[in-house]
Amino acid sequence: MLGGACLAAPLWASQVAHTTPEANHLSDKVEIDGEPTEVVDLLGKPIGPTWSGRFFLGADSNGRDIMVRLLYGGRNSLLVGIAGALGTIALGLLLGLLAGYHRGRVDTAISWAMDVLWAFPVILIGIALGTALALGGLELGPITIEGDSLAIPIFVIAVIYVPYMARPIRGQVLALREREFVEAARAQGMGPARIIFSEILPNVATTLVVFLPLLVANAILLEAALSFLGAGVQPPNASWGTMIAEGFDRITSAPHLSIVPGLMLVATVLSLNVFGEGVRDALDPKAKLRLEH
Amino acid sequence: MRGALARFAARRLASMVLVLLAVSLLVFAIFNVLPGGDPAVRMAGKIPTETQVEAIREEWGFDEPVYVQYVTTMEKLFSGDLVSYFTQLNVTEEILKGAPRTFALAIGAAIIWMVFAIALGLYSAMRVGTLSDRLLTVLALIGISMPVFWLGILLSHYLGYEAGIFPTGEYVEFLDSPTQWFWHLVLPWFTLAVLFIGIYSRVLRSNILETMDEDYVRAARAKGLPERQVLLKHVLRNSLIPIVTLWGLDFGAVIGGAAILTELVFSLQGVGQYTAEAIEQLDVPAVMAVTMYGAFFIVIFNALVDIAYAALDPRIRLEGRRQA
Repeated sequence: MLGGACLAAPLWASQVAHTTPEANHLSDKVEIDGEPTEVVDLLGKPIGPTWSGRFFLGADSNGRDIMVRLLYGGRNSLLVGIAGALGTIALGLLLGLLAGYHRGRVDTAISWAMDVLWAFPVILIGIALGTALALGGLELGPITIEGDSLAIPIFVIAVIYVPYMARPIRGQVLALREREFVEAARAQGMGPARIIFSEILPNVATTLVVFLPLLVANAILLEAALSFLGAGVQPPNASWGTMIAEGFDRITSAPHLSIVPGLMLVATVLSLNVFGEGVRDALDPKAKLRLEH
Repeated sequence: MRGALARFAARRLASMVLVLLAVSLLVFAIFNVLPGGDPAVRMAGKIPTETQVEAIREEWGFDEPVYVQYVTTMEKLFSGDLVSYFTQLNVTEEILKGAPRTFALAIGAAIIWMVFAIALGLYSAMRVGTLSDRLLTVLALIGISMPVFWLGILLSHYLGYEAGIFPTGEYVEFLDSPTQWFWHLVLPWFTLAVLFIGIYSRVLRSNILETMDEDYVRAARAKGLPERQVLLKHVLRNSLIPIVTLWGLDFGAVIGGAAILTELVFSLQGVGQYTAEAIEQLDVPAVMAVTMYGAFFIVIFNALVDIAYAALDPRIRLEGRRQA
């Protein structure tokens, strides 16, 4: 339930919001206990939660409505998390299938590349890639991605987690390809591509379903960490991670600035984790996925 | 048998060197081939003249082909002469300055997370299905779902700034004042440990529950061993093996840079913080050195865990060979 609310709320952001996430309301006044109060006082201290209508959760030091930013930032957090996780699954599946099915040199090359990626601390390669790409953008043939595009954190997260997905898939495929039904398919004269798609893929599908929620949870956390370090979502876009980082600068005068987005983050990730564990227990209790963030 | 183990260890170490080589190439490529701006222009300051930029380019060897730059960087890295582009400080010395802080953080946190995880995991497994077991499960999940830096910010604000119980950050040298050193590290230790307590206690709990069903545990019980002894000698001992593996891997990762966020929030000035600053400035020599340092610890702990496993349990190597 909580998870549903956390996931759904950001999607309605544009319908319920009275203002845009970037709009300043520095000189505005709101009614608190019947008294008009400055959104940001003369010392630069923003108001706290009003618990009603506008500035439900207060404002930040630029006079921006936190509730509105929270919902819009949540959109980015969820978008990056989900797209990153899907990217990981696509890449991991591809590499795992290739390595496991072809074995030999293909396997050696892919497994070795995975080892190299694995040798980096997750967060370190994340900020290295994130910073380099955010500064220079990315040019892949005809496609050019701007440095502040959301596609960059998505790409970075998708790449970083690939070994965690490719390895278990490879192991499963190695075992599957020796099974009788694959032998039978081969004896019938099916080509490798067809065997992979119609015989092996359905059998690893469970693993994908089990991993997806847990992977999304970890991708959201990683996005937050990268954004906190300035290597993830770039301004003018906001995410829960960048909001915590902004709040960290003013933690003593306005702690709610970093507490609130953090709570949203924990609630979302927690519900994904609980959901993911449920799915795992129901489908494949032995599956083990370990990710760092 | 001995020879086989030695060969396994040698092979593992050889692949380790290859992986490190690839890591260094990859990092160098990320920062040199990707469009990130000309380092000479950035080093020359705000309004550089063309001659200044040229001079810097020549002095630092930016006019050489990329592979020559790579080789010179690596040579300097191993001879300890690597110098930062921006602070002009020796990179190796900077890392050696930060390393004791990172080690102090990592070792303390690793002890804390192990002790808490064993205690909580054991307690949970003993009381499966009770309210306290469920409560601990929920707490562990919350711990896993919390961003480390957010937890650190909250702890340092409420227990440090507001309540004044702990210092809010900074590192105190052990030799200057052992008690202050300890006091300043309490919050960072716990901040770093929470995630791992969550993971490890859950893994331990399910391991214990699995082991309890094994025949040798039933046999131990049947021959009349007291429950306490069955638990400690047979169940816990065997359930701990996978945890110790994880511990080796995670400890390597934490020393290798996974503690960046904790170091930053508490401004401990360890290797992690140095790394973050180096990357932010695109300071290639510093980034090369810290990633090599980090990857070294991760790879070596991976290898140590593998070798220890192979030494303890010959089945593992056989299985590995059959699959590969």
